[in-house]
Amino acid sequence: MSDHRSSDDIIICEAVNKWYGEYHALRDVSLRVKKGEVIVVFGPSGSGKSTFIRTINRLEEHQEGRIIVDGIEMSNDIRNIDAIRRETGMVFQQFNLFPHLTVIDNITLAPIWVRKKTRKESEARALELLERVGIKEQARKFPGQLSGGQQQRVAIARALAMEPRIMLFDEPTSALDPEMIKEVLDVMKELARSGMTMLCVTHEMGFAREVADRMVFMDRGQIVEEGTPEQIFTNPRQERTKLFLSQIL
Amino acid sequence: MATTDVSQPRARPVRQSLDVLGWLRENLFNSWYNVVITVALLILIYQVVSGLAGWLFTAQGWPAVVANLKVLLAWTYPADQLWRPQLALGVVTLLLGLSAGVWRGIVLALAVGFGVVCLLLALPTFLLAPVPAQVALPAWQMFLAAAALVAVGAFVGNAGGQRLRWPLVIAWVLLYPVVILIIRGFGGPLPIVDTNLWGGLMLTLLLSVSGIVLSFPLGILLALGRRSDLPVIKWFCIAYIELIRGVPLVTVLFMGSLMLPLFLPGGESIDQLVRATVAVTLFSAAYLAENVRGGLQAIPKGQTEAARALGLNVVQTTLLITLPQALRAVIPVLVGQFISLFKDTSLVVIVGLADLLGAAQGVVGQPEWLGTPGGVWRETFLFIAVIYWFFSFTMSRTSRRIEQQLNVGKH
Ligand SMILES: Nc1ncnc2c1ncn2[C@@H]1O[C@H](COP(=O)(O)OP(=O)(O)OP(=O)(O)O)[C@@H](O)[C@H]1O
Ligand SMILES: [Mg+2]
Repeated sequence: MSDHRSSDDIIICEAVNKWYGEYHALRDVSLRVKKGEVIVVFGPSGSGKSTFIRTINRLEEHQEGRIIVDGIEMSNDIRNIDAIRRETGMVFQQFNLFPHLTVIDNITLAPIWVRKKTRKESEARALELLERVGIKEQARKFPGQLSGGQQQRVAIARALAMEPRIMLFDEPTSALDPEMIKEVLDVMKELARSGMTMLCVTHEMGFAREVADRMVFMDRGQIVEEGTPEQIFTNPRQERTKLFLSQIL
Repeated sequence: MATTDVSQPRARPVRQSLDVLGWLRENLFNSWYNVVITVALLILIYQVVSGLAGWLFTAQGWPAVVANLKVLLAWTYPADQLWRPQLALGVVTLLLGLSAGVWRGIVLALAVGFGVVCLLLALPTFLLAPVPAQVALPAWQMFLAAAALVAVGAFVGNAGGQRLRWPLVIAWVLLYPVVILIIRGFGGPLPIVDTNLWGGLMLTLLLSVSGIVLSFPLGILLALGRRSDLPVIKWFCIAYIELIRGVPLVTVLFMGSLMLPLFLPGGESIDQLVRATVAVTLFSAAYLAENVRGGLQAIPKGQTEAARALGLNVVQTTLLITLPQALRAVIPVLVGQFISLFKDTSLVVIVGLADLLGAAQGVVGQPEWLGTPGGVWRETFLFIAVIYWFFSFTMSRTSRRIEQQLNVGKH
C-alpha cells in the first residue's frame, strides 16, 4: 500500500471530500482504476460527476482524502500538479478549443511549450492524430469554421498529442447535434480498444455497454454503486440506480 | 405554377438595382413631408458648401500656412537637421513596405494606402511649398521617396518571404528607440537637438506614439495585476487605475511638469518633454488597463481550464491563450483610445510644449501676418484640423479592417 508504483492501479481516490462553500459536493468518494480500464461515470444532473473527474487533474481542489495518479500524489505542490496534468488529457463538453489558433496550432501548442518538442516533430504527430480522428484535411482551418463533431475530435487529438496515460471525458457528446454524436463516439471507442485508460462522464449507454469495463453511478456527491455494464444494466443493486436507469433508458 | 428543380444549383438572383431617378424617388421624394425635408436640407447644404467654398478660394491667410509648413510639421527643429525626421520617416516607411511584402493582407492594404496618400501629397507640395535652402529633401521629394520606399520594401519583402519574419519583428521592436535616437541625436555625426526645439506634427506624433507604445506594456501589467490573487498587487493596481481615471489629463500633465520637480531631487533638470511623455503614458496606461481587463473578462473560463489541463503553466496560459484573445477583442477600443490620445496631446500646450496645435498658435501670432484682413487663424486652424482628422480617420478605418480580418478565426 505504501508503494503506489508497484500496484497496477493508475488512479487511486481515497475518501475524497469536496465542498463548495457550505455545499458538500463530493462525499467520501473512493475509486480505483486499473491501467487500460474504461470507466463510465453516470448519474443525475448536479450529482458531482464533473466535480469528481475535475479533481483528478486539479481543475477543482479537494479538501479531504487522497488522489494518486500514476504514482504521483496530488498535493498543493505545483510540480506534482503539473506532473499529473502531463499524464492526463481532458475533453470538455464545450470543446474549449482555442479560437485564435488554427486546428494544427491548437494541437501542437502544448507539445511545443510543455514537452519542449520541435515544431516539425509536433506537426508531424498532429497530422497523424488528425488522421486518426478522421479530419486531416481541416488542419489549417480555425475551430470556428468546423462543425461541433469536428471540433470535439480536434479536442480529442489535442489531448492525445501530449501522450497522456489517462483520458478524462466530461460529457463529450452532450453539446452535439445527434448526427455528430456517432463520429465522436467512434473515435472514443477506437481509443478505448487501443488500451487507453479512460474515465468518461457520459449518458451514452450504448457506448458504455460496448466498451466500458466498469460503470460508476453517482448521486448527491456519492458513488452509489459500481459494477460491470452487464451487472448494472441487468441487475442493479441499488434502488436509486434502478430508478435513474429507468428514466434514461 | 412552375416548380424549380432544387436539386440543381442555380445562380444567385441578381438584386434589381434602381436607376438614379428611381433611387431618388424611392428614398428622398416618397411622400410630401420627405419632399419638404429634402428640399430644406438641400438649401441648407448649398448655403454651407457655397459659403465655405467661397471663403476657401478668397481667404487671404493661405500664404501663412504655405510659408509655415515646416513650422507646423516640425516647429523650430533646425532646418539643416530636418533630414533626420525625414530619415526616421524613411525607416518607418521601409519597414512598413517590407512587412507588407511579408505578411500581405491588412499590412499590404495599409502600405498601399500610405503610398497613395504620399503620392497625392507630393503634387500640392510640389506646386505650393517653397523650398527652404538647407533642407535635405523638399516636401514633394520626401513624399515621392516615401511612396517609392514602400513599393521597394514590399517588393523586397515579397521576395524575402518568411525568412524576413523574425528580423522584421525585431526591427519593429527596435524602431521606437531608433527613431528617438535619430531625431534627438547623440553628438558626433548626429549633433544633439534639444527637445525644446521639437514641435509641430512631429511632436504630436511622437507624444502619442510614445504614450501608446510605453503605456501598452504598463497597461497590460496593470490589467493582469488587477486580476491577481495577491492582495497587495491587486489593491495597488486598483488604486492606481481608479485614481488616474478619476482625474483629467490636464491634472496629470500639471502634476508631471510642475509638481514632480518639487518632489524629486534634481527634478528641475528633467526634460519637459520627458515629463509630458511620462504623464501621458501614466494616464493612458490606466485606461488601457481597463480596456484590456474588459477583454480578459470576456474570455470563457473553459479557455484557461483547457490550457491548464494541457499542462501549460500560468504564465504560458496568459501569454499564449488569454492575452492574445483579450487583445484581439479590444483592438477597436484600443485604436479608439489611441485616437483620443492623439488628439488629447494638444493639451501639452499648457505645459509649454508646441505640438501641432501649439505650432498653429505660434503661426497665428507671427507679426508678419498682422496686416492680413481677418488674420490667418481660420486658415491655419482649418489646416491642422484637416491633419488631425486625416490621421484619426485613417486609424479608425484601419482598425475596422483589422477587426474584419480577425473575425475569420472566430466562433
Ligand atoms: N464552482 C461552483 N461553485 C459552487 N457550487 C458548484 C460549483 N460547481 C458545481 N457546483 C455544485 O456542485 C454540484 C455538483 O456539480 P457538478 O457540475 O459536478 O454536477 P454534474 O454531475 O457534473 O452535473 P451535470 O450532469 O449537470 O453536469 C452541483 O450542485 C453544483 O451546483
Ligand atoms: Mg457536469
